[in-house]
Amino acid sequence: MSDDILISAAGLSVGYKIGKGIFQHSILKAVDNVSIHIKRGSFFGLVGESGSGKTTLGRALLNAVPITGGNATYDDGDVNYDLTALSKDELGDYRRRAQLIFQDPYAALSPRMTVRDIIAEPLEVMKITSSRQETDERVREIAARCRLNLEHLRRFPHAFSGGQRQRISIARALVSRPQFIVADEAVAALDVSIQADVLNLLKQLQGEMDLTFMFISHDLSVVAHTCDHVAVMYLGRLVETAPTRQLFAAPKHPYTKALFSAIPSLNPDDRGRAQRLEGEIPSPTNQPSGCKFHTRCPHVIDRCRSEEPQLETADGAHEVACHRWQELLKVG
Amino acid sequence: MDRLIDVENLTLQFRTDEGLITAVDDVSFSLNRGEVMGLVGESGSGKSVTAKALMHLNASNAIYSPESRITLHTDSGGIDVLSLSRAADLKVVRGGAISMIFQEPMASFAPSISIGKQMIEQLQLHAEMSKAQAREIAIEMLDRVGISDPSSRVDQYAFELSGGMRQRAMIAMALSTKPRLLIADEPTTALDVTIQAQVIDLMKELVDEFNMGIVFITHDLGVVAQTADKVSVMYLGRLIEEGPVREVIRDPRHPYTRGLLAALPRLDDLDAPLTPVPGDIPSPLERPTGCVFNTRCGDVVGPACSASVPLEEWIDPAHRVSCHLYAGKEAS
Repeated sequence: MSDDILISAAGLSVGYKIGKGIFQHSILKAVDNVSIHIKRGSFFGLVGESGSGKTTLGRALLNAVPITGGNATYDDGDVNYDLTALSKDELGDYRRRAQLIFQDPYAALSPRMTVRDIIAEPLEVMKITSSRQETDERVREIAARCRLNLEHLRRFPHAFSGGQRQRISIARALVSRPQFIVADEAVAALDVSIQADVLNLLKQLQGEMDLTFMFISHDLSVVAHTCDHVAVMYLGRLVETAPTRQLFAAPKHPYTKALFSAIPSLNPDDRGRAQRLEGEIPSPTNQPSGCKFHTRCPHVIDRCRSEEPQLETADGAHEVACHRWQELLKVG
Repeated sequence: MDRLIDVENLTLQFRTDEGLITAVDDVSFSLNRGEVMGLVGESGSGKSVTAKALMHLNASNAIYSPESRITLHTDSGGIDVLSLSRAADLKVVRGGAISMIFQEPMASFAPSISIGKQMIEQLQLHAEMSKAQAREIAIEMLDRVGISDPSSRVDQYAFELSGGMRQRAMIAMALSTKPRLLIADEPTTALDVTIQAQVIDLMKELVDEFNMGIVFITHDLGVVAQTADKVSVMYLGRLIEEGPVREVIRDPRHPYTRGLLAALPRLDDLDAPLTPVPGDIPSPLERPTGCVFNTRCGDVVGPACSASVPLEEWIDPAHRVSCHLYAGKEAS
């Protein structure tokens, strides 16, 4: 069962029209030709800098932004949906099966609703429960799973700390008993001690409720500890994807290497050792030709400027999109 | 050693509708020129309030205890910062001898005034110079922090710059008046890791070049390990441990410091479990008696922990900790 693919995307693109007028617009490709497979019951990590398209990809898989190219399917063994052509009924049902956890637990919860009402809202909006009693039962059950005190349900969010608020957000996302969760920077706004607590809770819930996570984060150490499989994005493209251990033991794309190298090490003696990436991620409205990373890559050659590399298999499930990855193995 | 600032017995309370809130409780530390101090702790630990006190910059409902003393050493002698009240006197400290940079540069620049105009205004406020001279210095500083084409960037607005560029411009503005002390409040938290690494490198260069002192407020112990000479750990307004960065990170003594390090996902050991510090930071209205950490501490030694405030014990001449575990013990 655990080898089943829950979400599968092939050549997925999300484009936005920008500029004025019918004839003068151009297309901004936020996600460009991305193919991924997310195994059921896995923790799939998605990393990259701001502007890499990781949030847009997550939203596209939730059908919250329109997919403009390629295919995406969802198959949980119960239903099988083509995410690019959902009927109205199917979309309603998919909303129940796929949910989102937000970054900022201060902005995500309405200050005017009690915790009980916040958690119950998805059930009521999607008409999942038929009586108030049933709703209350579901709310109490999920609140207990998320380690919320039952007497907390009568209070308003302002009375809670960041960690407690994030547990309320998680309860709200899980109350409809979804299969697939997109957690978009779900621990980025939390203090480290609380971050550890929330990560442990997500892991525990995944096991108990048979959940599949897409975990979007800019924090590579969090991803390394949480995810089974990691995909690295740059300017809308997937540049490398591999099982977590394989990726962290031997990153192959120069961008992945640079990202790892930029993580501030806890060892004070590592100062000045890291290789630095020059410049910033280019604007998606003015994308470089060829390999999108060539403007910042320390190993750029002429071919990189003209020809875009495709993902190729490096080692089992480890794939990389770089013209020179094999040569660079020798350089280190 | 060239002493820059001495903070002695700083205690700071805020008068609020809900009562008197103690934000900083009997904190003492010193900083020399050319020294970087990392100030770490969870939200609500009082680190930002402490830093603002160095400029006498807390809100009008702040009450400093009579024992609180902050002495800023300048070429013309010591300044008793907390005794200053006239705007003209405070100007020497705020933006003059001490500058501050913030987490969110977009919120710190006025949106409708060009970057250059804001820099010129600050320069003219603190030194006798013509507009043309000030503009020249502004361009020079923008160039110094690595902003390309500074003579045209100087006329741009904050929204026209990327996040990393904005933070560089912020640093340029803060350093243009050649402060002796720079307070950096989470300056890299909102940046991507690759840009964070660039900004950290830049700040380290500038410390050497200008022989400044830096108080670096952050929750990221990795950033501290890569930048600071010494670390001060705060919890609920108290400074609970201080020492050289290597010692504190490799051999933390206070149970809270140990807890913070255990909660951190480490890249060198992906199998290590993430251990959260149990519980939440108490509300400042309900400060625990005795040691402020006793409600979450796993190493409570006895009734003393909730009865009396632990005294400061010196582990060695540079490393001190406030915890009953070490009461009356010599260095071990």
